[in-house]
Amino acid sequence: MSASGSGARPVLEAAEVSKRFGGVAALDGVSIALRSGEVVCLLGDNGAGKSTLVRILTGVHPPDEGTVRLDGAPVVFGSPRDAAARGVAAVHQDLALLPLMSVWRNFWLGAEPTVGRGLLRRIDVRRARREAGAALAGQGIAIDDVRRPVAGLSGGERQAVAIARALHRGARVLVLDEPTAALGVRQAAVVLEQIERAKTGGAAVLLVTHQPRHAWPVGDRFVALRRGRIELDRAKGEVTEAELLDRMAGRRIESEG
Amino acid sequence: MWLVFAAIAGPAFRSADGTAAVLNAAAPLGILAVTVALLMIAGEFDLSVGSVIGFAGMAMMLLVSHFGWPLWPAVGATLVISAGIGLANGWLVVRTRLPSFIVTLGSLFVFRGLTVALSRGLTGRTQIGELEEAAGYEAARVVFAADLGPFRISVLWWLAVAAVGAWILSRTRAGNWIQATGGSAKAAREAGVPVERVKVGLFVTTALAAGLVAVIQAVRFTGADALRGELQEFRAIAAAVIGGTLLTGGYGSALGAALGALVFGLVQQGIVITGVDADWFQVFLGVVLLAAALFNDRVRRRGLASA
Repeated sequence: MSASGSGARPVLEAAEVSKRFGGVAALDGVSIALRSGEVVCLLGDNGAGKSTLVRILTGVHPPDEGTVRLDGAPVVFGSPRDAAARGVAAVHQDLALLPLMSVWRNFWLGAEPTVGRGLLRRIDVRRARREAGAALAGQGIAIDDVRRPVAGLSGGERQAVAIARALHRGARVLVLDEPTAALGVRQAAVVLEQIERAKTGGAAVLLVTHQPRHAWPVGDRFVALRRGRIELDRAKGEVTEAELLDRMAGRRIESEG
Repeated sequence: MWLVFAAIAGPAFRSADGTAAVLNAAAPLGILAVTVALLMIAGEFDLSVGSVIGFAGMAMMLLVSHFGWPLWPAVGATLVISAGIGLANGWLVVRTRLPSFIVTLGSLFVFRGLTVALSRGLTGRTQIGELEEAAGYEAARVVFAADLGPFRISVLWWLAVAAVGAWILSRTRAGNWIQATGGSAKAAREAGVPVERVKVGLFVTTALAAGLVAVIQAVRFTGADALRGELQEFRAIAAAVIGGTLLTGGYGSALGAALGALVFGLVQQGIVITGVDADWFQVFLGVVLLAAALFNDRVRRRGLASA
């Protein structure tokens, strides 16, 4: 089973990575490759190893065995912030947004544009608001007033803010951990639209989900984990939605390779 | 709520003297409350500010009267000592990860005790006076205790601290980081906010405000009292809450805290002027505080629920 699909060199890849916690193998020789302009969907039940793989790819912890490669060169991320600084951004389920703060403050948090020097150094508020609004519009989300608190946004809009923020900070790889889990049908569609746009913009996307129905419309490649091993790794043309659904329902099918 | 105050305190405002009495009474608390509000927005408490007022005031008096320092170097040393206490509070909170409520409750006792012990041990008394004899007193009086008509210059300090606090909170990166730190330290850290530095900086700020209040009061009353500043830590928190700051952190207002302190002055002077028994002052304040906390909580819930 090959981790490589199309010919282009992966931006980020894990090669034969393993991770043990105590005596339990959470991941056992797993390979996955993320390419620019491609959405890879990582499927699997709770405990299949999805989260462990995500944590390895985003710098939460290093693999026990195997290599992570960025632009073809082996890399060890010191922390999620280190990974983010190199363009690998994890957009987590809780989104890491501050609900009581405004959209533009959230968007710029930790990287606020300033004017003036010394004691008079201050946020360039007009620019910050304008550019936050523009970046969100670029993600297809029109927020009428970026001074609104994030608490007032829909789930899909919040996800959009988080994705736009990561892209604006130079993320080339977006790791989205269950972005649709807590959302209704319409909001989930909004998020899938975000993923589509990020992909069109050239980002490499890893979409982690246990819902094949959400993965199917946007995925270019589907990787399923089971008990820490790769159970399936297919490009879109090599697998059907029904097959994915069957796998996720826990039924094993005979075409397994 | 303001109507109630207006009814009670209305008489206080019928004259410039009445207005001045209210503002003069509110100024020291206002200076404290603004900085305490910023710290609360970042999700922490400082219960030591009252003790620091007592300690800093006494330290300045001892430097001047016992060790013979001129006043200005003593003022500088007092502010440095205050900042040092804030640094210690902040460092302990960040390093031990204990709730700041407990850490600064410890400092509350430590510094009140030290104030009494040091002043009694060195001078045999807990009240030291005659600051007006010190070299440089006249100049210090102009800066810290001048009278502008019926108004004390501390009212200007209060306005300045409130304006700077409000500006920092709404217009600087530090302000953004303060709100984020209190909203969710984890999310703030992930976005690159130096959460620990923000907290330590704010503990230094509240202690510096306490030091400033100590200097203002020592210069005005030409002396220090080991018990000065008692209960100010709770009044400052109350003023911040009345001004709209959440006890849970993440949201609040520097100007609101300054106005919260004004409420204290209003009620205090209003009751004095209307001749209501001063005992009712505390009862009324307690009720106002509860009402404000309930109101803030409502607003917060509505904010979080409107998804």
